[in-house]
Amino acid sequence: MTNENTPILEVQNLKKNFGSLQVLKGIDEIIHKGEVLTIIGPSGSGKSTFLRCLNLLETPTSGDIIFEGITLNKDTKVNLQKHRQKIGMVFQHFNVFPHLSALQNITITPVVEKKYSKQEAEGIAMDLLKQVGLDDKADQYPRKLSGGQKQRLAIVRALAMKPDVMLFDEPTSALDPEMVKDVLNVIRDLANSGMTIVIVTHEMGFAKEISSRVLFMDDGLIAESGSPETIFNHPTHPRTQEFLAQVL
Amino acid sequence: MNLLTSTWVLFLKYWPVFLEGLIATLKTAAIVVVFGTLVGAILAMLKQIRFKPLSLFLTFMINFLRGTPLLLQLFFFYLAFPSIVGFDLSTEFCIILALIVNSSAYVAEIFRAGIQAVDSGQYEAASSLGMSEFHRMTRIILPQAIKNILPALGNEFVMMIKETSLSSTFFMSDIMTSFQVVKSNSFLVLEPLIIIAIIYFTLTTVFSSLVKLLETRLSVSD
Repeated sequence: MTNENTPILEVQNLKKNFGSLQVLKGIDEIIHKGEVLTIIGPSGSGKSTFLRCLNLLETPTSGDIIFEGITLNKDTKVNLQKHRQKIGMVFQHFNVFPHLSALQNITITPVVEKKYSKQEAEGIAMDLLKQVGLDDKADQYPRKLSGGQKQRLAIVRALAMKPDVMLFDEPTSALDPEMVKDVLNVIRDLANSGMTIVIVTHEMGFAKEISSRVLFMDDGLIAESGSPETIFNHPTHPRTQEFLAQVL
Repeated sequence: MNLLTSTWVLFLKYWPVFLEGLIATLKTAAIVVVFGTLVGAILAMLKQIRFKPLSLFLTFMINFLRGTPLLLQLFFFYLAFPSIVGFDLSTEFCIILALIVNSSAYVAEIFRAGIQAVDSGQYEAASSLGMSEFHRMTRIILPQAIKNILPALGNEFVMMIKETSLSSTFFMSDIMTSFQVVKSNSFLVLEPLIIIAIIYFTLTTVFSSLVKLLETRLSVSD
């Protein structure tokens, strides 16, 4: 399953402007199958924007996003919807669907887009809910769930589409401290199962523990990339040293 | 006491006329509410499409319909519209069409506000899951928007019911037309006015209660 040599996402000279502000200034990166890639860096360095460009929630100003060999952002004939089904995403603010029960949150997309039968989708959804300890909440609406439960629901909602890669955009930043562990455990299990993961986080201890590689971003560029051991213990870039001295 | 008695006597004598008017009003109102809402919702969704000429045109049309009197629009559809399209259209058709077009403009604005009030994260989550544009709208955004706009939509429905009374200007069967008929037959004014006021008020009250009931039903998830 984990073939370290197969690129799953390739980013070539990615630039993104918001008006006159250049947030990404030319990023080149290759993410391989089975990698757990953590992106760290100061606020405003472009981490989230970079992540959101990977599934084209943000349209790059220039450069290429290549997913499983197909350039997503150049050819208008590319069926972006189909490719997005293979790229799961988890948001800082969960974005679970409040008008649907936990179970329906998971089943809706497989049913309407992948033409799964209701029973089939519900079977998959119940298995996933069980994995994250939410099977007793299947019929609850999100307002009855805690932040940590909502985020675990959001994770399995993305997993129900059987993605090849999972993107996490600060998945624990909006959580109460006691909820963080539950969510991190789910992500850790996912990493151990061989899922390709790209995660933007401020949880340095967690990043150090689960990452196979860490990117340090600063001012719209990747300042440094390497193993967690290198980045956290022997950073070479002065900005990385400065940043880690402040957060660790 | 005298007025109450004379109103009751008048009602007993002319109730079939009022009933006919009520049935006609209910029919017109039902058509206008259903199609006005449908067309309004479609207009609101079309406005979401990022195509400048279309959204500018729709914005102008909606503002124009909201910024000119309904009576003017009714005269346009009754007198000018048939000759413009070159068909022989019935009065009913023209008047109901005008009412639908007018109410759809108001409904479109209500829907637009409702759609914009839904958190953008909902749209992003649906996109990231690989939902089509159509399903994002119909399965995720609209169900949440409708819940938010139901009170405003209910008010608009009540407005539509009341505005059907303008069709009496064109001698279309209607509660207000029943009043005109009874008035000229009985040479009484206040009594038939009281009767139709009661009919209209009952109608709008019942309708508002139904919308309230729907609001409660839909709020199970929050």
